[in-house]
Order: sequence, then structure tokens, then C-alpha cells
Amino acid sequence: MTTKLGYAAALALLLIAPFFLYPVLLMKFLCFALFACAFNLILGFGGLLSFGHAAFFGGAAYITGHAIKVWGLPTELGLIVGAAAAGIMGLGAGMLAIRRQGIYFAMITLALAQMAYFLFISAPFTGGENGLQGVPRGTLLGIVDLQDNMAMYYFTLAIFVAAFWLIARTVHSPFGQVLRAIRDNEPRAVSLGYDVERYKLQAFVLSATLAGLAGALKTVVFQLASLTDAHWHMSGEVVLMTLLGGVGTIAGPAVGAGVIVALQNLLASGPLSAWVPVVLGVIFVICVLSFRRGVIGELRALLQKSF
Amino acid sequence: MLTDLLGFPPQVLFGQLLLGLINGAFYAVLSLGLAVIFGLLNIVNFAHGALYMLGAFAAWALAHFLGLNYWVALFVAPVLVGGFGMLIERFLLRRLAGVDHLYGLLLTFGLALVIEGVFIKLFGASGQPYPTPAALQGGVNLGFMFLPWYRGWVVVASLIACGVTWYLFEMTKIGAYLRAGTENPKLLQAFGVNVPLLTTLAYGYGVGLAAFAGVLAAPITQVSPLMGSNLIIVVFAVVVIGGMGSIMGAVVTGLAMGLIEGLTKVFWPEASATVIFFVMAIVLVLRPAGLFGRTA
Repeated sequence: MTTKLGYAAALALLLIAPFFLYPVLLMKFLCFALFACAFNLILGFGGLLSFGHAAFFGGAAYITGHAIKVWGLPTELGLIVGAAAAGIMGLGAGMLAIRRQGIYFAMITLALAQMAYFLFISAPFTGGENGLQGVPRGTLLGIVDLQDNMAMYYFTLAIFVAAFWLIARTVHSPFGQVLRAIRDNEPRAVSLGYDVERYKLQAFVLSATLAGLAGALKTVVFQLASLTDAHWHMSGEVVLMTLLGGVGTIAGPAVGAGVIVALQNLLASGPLSAWVPVVLGVIFVICVLSFRRGVIGELRALLQKSF
Repeated sequence: MLTDLLGFPPQVLFGQLLLGLINGAFYAVLSLGLAVIFGLLNIVNFAHGALYMLGAFAAWALAHFLGLNYWVALFVAPVLVGGFGMLIERFLLRRLAGVDHLYGLLLTFGLALVIEGVFIKLFGASGQPYPTPAALQGGVNLGFMFLPWYRGWVVVASLIACGVTWYLFEMTKIGAYLRAGTENPKLLQAFGVNVPLLTTLAYGYGVGLAAFAGVLAAPITQVSPLMGSNLIIVVFAVVVIGGMGSIMGAVVTGLAMGLIEGLTKVFWPEASATVIFFVMAIVLVLRPAGLFGRTA
């Protein structure tokens, strides 16, 4: 009951937010919130730490940008093509990475993402160091002009809500239950007859696809896809957002994304702008040492204690 | 000669092979350090690249501020950075005992961001020059290629470091404790061995190896804050390929990957940045536990 009230309140806030805050900043938040929620699907509920999710985010960003700008696809189709491409990349990377567990899984996904990064640097369609610039936002179904920030905001919000609902639905479905069983005790899940590898791979592909959707949406919002999106720093940032908000909670990653995006925005204009990576690193260390449950995890613990 | 038939002058081929061997020597020393740390702490040290960079900067600072030469730095810098590593282990990593090992990776990732961020702020992204030591300037013409003395020395010094590590682990009492600590720390503690101290020392030693590689690299690459961050990801791939089970495995895999990279630079330069990742993918398909790995 409290959860439902919380979601309703959050949605109401997001609906009125663009009248008080800069819509582009809010859209940035929504893109990263979606990215972090997608990432949490594999870390929080599958127990697999992927250190390569930037490859899906950045890869989809490039492909959507290319599809809209060069092929001239309509915006909606461009987003779908980008997310699908990220899903295919996720299938390839996942089939390799799930062959190992734990720390090796993290190292393999990181290495594969670095390989993708080098391919993006040298591939002709990415624009190399300059990135893919001037991607047109286009129109929604040929009717609504997305160049208008308010229209773009509500379009982004609609996609975010739909994807968030899909993630929450997946977590609470029988599929999500099996996934959590694998996370908590893999040998037991195997002995119960579940095809563990298939479940992990499906979760990984879904996570990669939605991470790709977030990257694709980011391209349309900022009309830009660049190497920053695919760099391993981005993989680290999404881990930090998830950790800060609460690993294995449904809304936590979105909260973490909100904190990090707000922080980056605040620091960017001040004298501390060059210190952003250091600040993020310090938050990382503090979270790991003494705040492992994250914002939502701590809140939940507090609620359980007082009721 | 065969190489002439293929259209490459031998100088190019052997020159790239030497460069590959040098990179391979760095991969070997760095992955060996990772393996030492992994053995006792069960974590992958993401800060390894940043600490390698710290080693190079320590050598630079010793020369710049104290006027100490390369040979002094080669011993002092690893000790300083290794000591710093022991502080990290004692005051930060030890607090993670009993929680999922992935948190160790995340903690060291955060540390790497902090260390690199501070150095970028202090020194900028561009590098500081570090001179080749006077005794190793110049080189020798071997007929088929020109061998700069310093590059030869890097390979020899790396192999010596690996050899010393092997001796330490396989032939000494403390090495026996370390191996026992890897197998069963609780039992070792019950025998009266101070396992927490051993863990701190192991972390310090692994970090010291990284710093040693950093000093070796200083005269070749410029001393720059980002020299370690891309290298460490390649080293992770090397570790996945070789597995972290044995010292010989780390050395052989490291050198082999360096040579493969060097050969790729000759025959297909565009692929040289990604070839090790391709090898990793192939190894994962054919032998998921790694070439020298014992368990998955």
C-alpha cells in the first residue's frame, strides 16, 4: 500500500516537474533512471555485476542516431532499432559472460565493453572523437513536434513509465522469482531443475535492451551520441547510481540516478567542476563501506523497524 | 628471408615483436600482482592501474624533488606505493570482510576514480617526461633489428620480478603460509599464523609489483595520470584468458598476449587494440575456466 502511494506521488511529481525545473535536465534524469533500473535488473535481481553496460547504452545511442539522421527513420522506429541492436549486443556478450561467475563476470563484461568502445572509435558511422551530432528529434507519429521541450519531456516520461512498469512486472513475475532464487542459491536452483543459464541470459538480454532504450532516448533528447556514452566511466556511473539508490530495490536505481544527475549538474557550474570524478569516487567508497543498502534499502529497513 | 617475401622488412616485424614483448612483460607483472591479491583477499583490485600510475609518479617525484636517480626509484617507489596499498587494505578493504566479494571490486573502483581524478587535477592529462637512465641509453644493432638497451632491460627486469615472486611463493616459509592462506585461512589462523597481517602484506606486495611495473614504464611512456586506466582493462582480459591459478600461467599468458598484440600490429594494425579481447572471447567459448584455470 505504501509502495503504491509512493509510486503515485512520484508520478504526480514527475508530471508537474517541468513547470518548475528545466525540462532537459529532467529528461537527462529520466534517461539515466531508466538506464540504472535496467542495470539493476541483472545486478539486483540476477546477482551478476556487469561492468560493461555502457556498451549497450552507447551502442544504442549511436545506432538510433544513425538510423534517424542518416537513414531518415521516424523517431519512434529509430528508438526501437537502437534498443533492438543493444539487445543483440547483449545476447552476444551475455552468451560469453555467463560462462563465468562473480568477479570474472565483471571482468569479462568490462573487457567486451572496452572492445566495443574501440570499435566505436574506429567505425566510420560514429564520427570518432566528434561523435554523432545534430540528430533531429523529429515528430511523434508525424503529429507532435518533439523539438518542443515540453512535448519531448512527456514523450520521455511515457517511455520511462512504460519501461519501469515492465521491469517491476518482470521482477514480480514467476520469471523474476526464479531469477532471485538463482541469485540467492544457484546450486539449489539447478537441482530444482531450472535451466539457470537460460534464465540468466534472458535477464541479461532484457537488461541490455532496456539500457539500450535509455541510450537511444538520450540521443534523441540531446541530439547527440558520443564516445562518453560508451566509455567505462559510464559503466561505473550506472553501478554507482544503483548502489546509492539501493541494489535489488525497484525504485532505488531511479533515486540514485536522481542524486547523481543533480550532483553533476550542481558541480558542473561551480568551482568543483574538475573534481566530479573524485567526488563520484568518494561517494563510491562511502557507499561500499557504510551505505550498502542504499537510500531505498535504508528507508525500507527504517519502515520495517518502526511498524 | 620469409619476412621479405611477406612484404615486411624484418626491422618492422622484430621491432613490433619487441614492443609486444615489452607490453607482455607489463601484462605479466600486473596480472601476477592481481593474482597474488586475489589469492588471499578474493577481490579483483580495480585500483591496480591507478597504483601502477602512482609507481611511475613516485619515480618522477623522487627525481624531480629529491634528485634521486632511476635505480633508487626502482626500489623506493614500489616500497612507498606498496606501503600506501597496505594502508588501503588495513583501513578500507578489511572492513569488507564477510560481505560479497563484488564490493571489494567496487571499493577499489572508487579508489581508482579518486586517485586518477586527483592526479589529473594536479598534473593535467598530459604527461611528464622521465629520462632513460644514463647507463641504458643507446642500443645494439643485432643485424635483423636495433635493440635499445632500455627496452631489453624492461623485459629482463620484469622476468626477474616474476622469478622472485615465484621463488617467494614456492620456496620460502612465508610463501607456504601465503599458499595455505589461499586454500584455507581459518585453519591457518588456528595454527597460530597471523592471517590478517599476511593479507595486508600480500596486498602490499601485489601493489608493489604494480608500482615496479610503473617505474619500468616511466621512461618508455610518459608519466601521465591516465597511463594505467586503459591498461588495466587489457590486464583483466589477460587474467580471464590465463586464470588466476598459477604464477607460471600469469607470466606465460601475459607474454603471449603481448606478442600476439605485436604481431597484429604488423599484419592488421586496425585490430591491434581489440585482438586480446577477441582471444578472450575465443578462450571463453573453448575453455571457459581459462587456459591455466582450475575452477570456473
